[in-house]
Amino acid sequence: MSDNAGSNTAHLETILGCHDHDPGKLLQILREIQEQYGHISPDAITRIASQLAIPRARAESVASFYSFLHIKPDGAYRVLFSDNITDRMLGSEELMRRMCQQLWVEPGKVSEDGLVSINTTSCTGMCDQGPAMLVNGRAITRLTHQRVQEIGHLIRNRTPLADWPADFFRVDDNIRRKGLLLDNKLAPGDALRAALTLGAANIVEAIKASGLRGRGGAGFPTGLKWEACRNAAGITKHVVCNADEGEPGTFKDRVLLTSYADLVFEGMTLAALAVGAQQGYLYLRGEYRYLLEPLQAILQRRRDKNLLGEKILGQPEFDFDIAIHLGAGAYICGEESALIESLEGKRGVPRNRPPFPVTHGYMQQPTALDNVETFCQAALAIQMGAEKYKAIGTTKSTGSKLISVSGDCPRPGIYEYPFGVSVRDVLQDCGAANTRAVQISGPSGICIAEGEFGRKLGFEDLPTAGAFMVFDDSRDMFEVARNFVHFFAHESCGFCTPCRVGTSMLKQTMDKIAAGHGTSHDLNEVENLDRVLQTSSHCGLGRTACNPVLHTLKHFRPAYENRLKSLDFEPAFDLDGALARARQMTGRDDTGAHLNTEET
Amino acid sequence: MNDTFQLDGASVPFAPGQTVMQAALAAGHYIPHLCYHPEFKPHGSCKLCTVKIGNHTAASCTMPAEAGLEIESDIEELNALRRTLVQMLFAEGNHFCPSCEKSGNCVLQALGYDLEVHTAGFRHMYPDRPLDASHPEILLDFNRCVLCELCVRASGEVDGKSVFALAGRGITKHLIVNSASGLLKDTNIALTDKAMEVCPVGVILKKRVGFSKPIGERRYDQRPISAQALDDAPRTPTGAKHE
Repeated sequence: MSDNAGSNTAHLETILGCHDHDPGKLLQILREIQEQYGHISPDAITRIASQLAIPRARAESVASFYSFLHIKPDGAYRVLFSDNITDRMLGSEELMRRMCQQLWVEPGKVSEDGLVSINTTSCTGMCDQGPAMLVNGRAITRLTHQRVQEIGHLIRNRTPLADWPADFFRVDDNIRRKGLLLDNKLAPGDALRAALTLGAANIVEAIKASGLRGRGGAGFPTGLKWEACRNAAGITKHVVCNADEGEPGTFKDRVLLTSYADLVFEGMTLAALAVGAQQGYLYLRGEYRYLLEPLQAILQRRRDKNLLGEKILGQPEFDFDIAIHLGAGAYICGEESALIESLEGKRGVPRNRPPFPVTHGYMQQPTALDNVETFCQAALAIQMGAEKYKAIGTTKSTGSKLISVSGDCPRPGIYEYPFGVSVRDVLQDCGAANTRAVQISGPSGICIAEGEFGRKLGFEDLPTAGAFMVFDDSRDMFEVARNFVHFFAHESCGFCTPCRVGTSMLKQTMDKIAAGHGTSHDLNEVENLDRVLQTSSHCGLGRTACNPVLHTLKHFRPAYENRLKSLDFEPAFDLDGALARARQMTGRDDTGAHLNTEET
Repeated sequence: MNDTFQLDGASVPFAPGQTVMQAALAAGHYIPHLCYHPEFKPHGSCKLCTVKIGNHTAASCTMPAEAGLEIESDIEELNALRRTLVQMLFAEGNHFCPSCEKSGNCVLQALGYDLEVHTAGFRHMYPDRPLDASHPEILLDFNRCVLCELCVRASGEVDGKSVFALAGRGITKHLIVNSASGLLKDTNIALTDKAMEVCPVGVILKKRVGFSKPIGERRYDQRPISAQALDDAPRTPTGAKHE
């Protein structure tokens, strides 16, 4: 945070130099400048653009897309409360209110002295140890009133983050149930040696025979993907690991990258062997920035052991290395083609498909892109053999699945099961009682109620990327849905009309109902919006954005109806609400400062 | 060119590499569209051209034509969708047709009339979008922007200048210009640029030539957009004759 323009220029030059003045590294450059200076000034954008020989507008366009990049000055301390429903259930809203009071700052604004800003952010992947926050990008878990107060003092005293108690930054794995993956005894290189014995073409065959399907939620057969990539025309190919774990309520990839990173990289390396790729990328979500250095150390260790780099394990034609690319706060980058755009240093907007990444992926070259857990499972399948692997799980969902359990239960954390486990069994294992509903696979997934707890996790019945959020009978499912709707509106990339406008309209409608102004007309409106979003959205975000409302309406309609006025129509404009600003400016809140618009 | 697909029961021939929209327009079949322009690479953001293939829907401007496809477009279900999308665009920006210089020449307005959008449908968002009147020759009225990116594509692909870009995300996405001041006067835009011609609505306007033709005598005042869109599209000489 130096004011010295000369040293700033020098530093900016160093960052640009580290990235070879490559416009494809624009996002990484912007992210590092953000980290160094707390924001990306207009002057910095101009200089970056001129140094990279790109239009200035392009640099600004990218910088303004990502939530963690600021093109206006922000606080020296940037506090972001994780705003998943599970954080809220643990009291995050009250904690944030108190912190704002303590530091004299309004949510979403920078304090007068430029010291601090406080806001919310989408789920940070700490649902089993929330409420959580990010301070200048660093994750802090297990917030309590006392901890938040201490943080307030540290900020007021301008204590550097490096001197804050280490315990604040402790992130636990909370592994509660181990299986095939979490109990593996593989040493680095074991699966790779098994893969080399098989040979490239046979790896693809083995993965196909194992029945392995993608663990990111969609469940595409991994073997088919690798085969298509292997057969795609082109010499330069890539392997990309999707570690942009953004689906609220999911945190299993964080645990895999914390304690099983060798297995992740092993899976990526044998995928590279299978498809003939020379370069790999791990796209790590910005919220997991703290994992960067440990992961880089592991990559270095693997290079030292000849498990990465040139002539891997002495194989003359096997060169492969992995680079880590950090995201900067955009859920949409979990969508594979948006992730590739982001990897190329652009705005994370999903591409038109076809063509698919297996033929036209990163830099329009063939790319095998899979989830963190998928790479781990692939390594296990190769090591144990397709037949043995296939015997675990169910016919169409082979192997095991990591479930991220959070919400109303005494033992939140990571549970590994063979596919086919029932929701009821998971609820029992995590100790949940009086459960009203479970949200499977996050806001874009499915909300199920008590009568359906016999349903099974797997591609035959309940496909899941792993999120498992539990709600007991004290919870208001309308508020759960409203939280998810806000999430989608915030995370829409804005490319297509239905999602850009529709998610915001859905948010307005839910807020109108929450404020007590909803009517049956509004519920019809939700169904109309759903039709538009489902039939015309560009990608899965828009197509699933109505799910939380539709599913909760189906199971918990009274939670909505109790809030409705009996009228057919009620204007969304709130006369009394329009005076709120005047009340705030005059410091008044007496009855004379209110309009009574309620009909009695 | 022997391959054909079916569009609302009519047989449409196509050349390899053509999208459904390109083939349909070339053969004289109109599919409503806003962000598609025959001279630029389609990107499929407005979604007005959504068509149905069995139970599946897709933007016809980006969907590759394939032999044997059976496509539905002019059906009430899709026209209702298009109506809602137009309503969404009207609600998202600030569109005051009666005082707009583009009234009668505006694609959004013309689509509204043609698709029979009779009501606002949604609560208007009234975003705060200040004008940029800094340039001596050109006015930018961002209130009317529908984020079609035609000016972005024209300036980048044809003019080679990249005067325009989109910034922000989601509902805060907005048009920006290529200058540190953020003002048009500090860009190298010229009146002769392709980007000056392509705005389907009233964002990019030449100063001092407003209302040269009275409202009522303008392009879409004469004939609906569904009849005129085909005039702009490159036609295949062998394509079906326009009835």
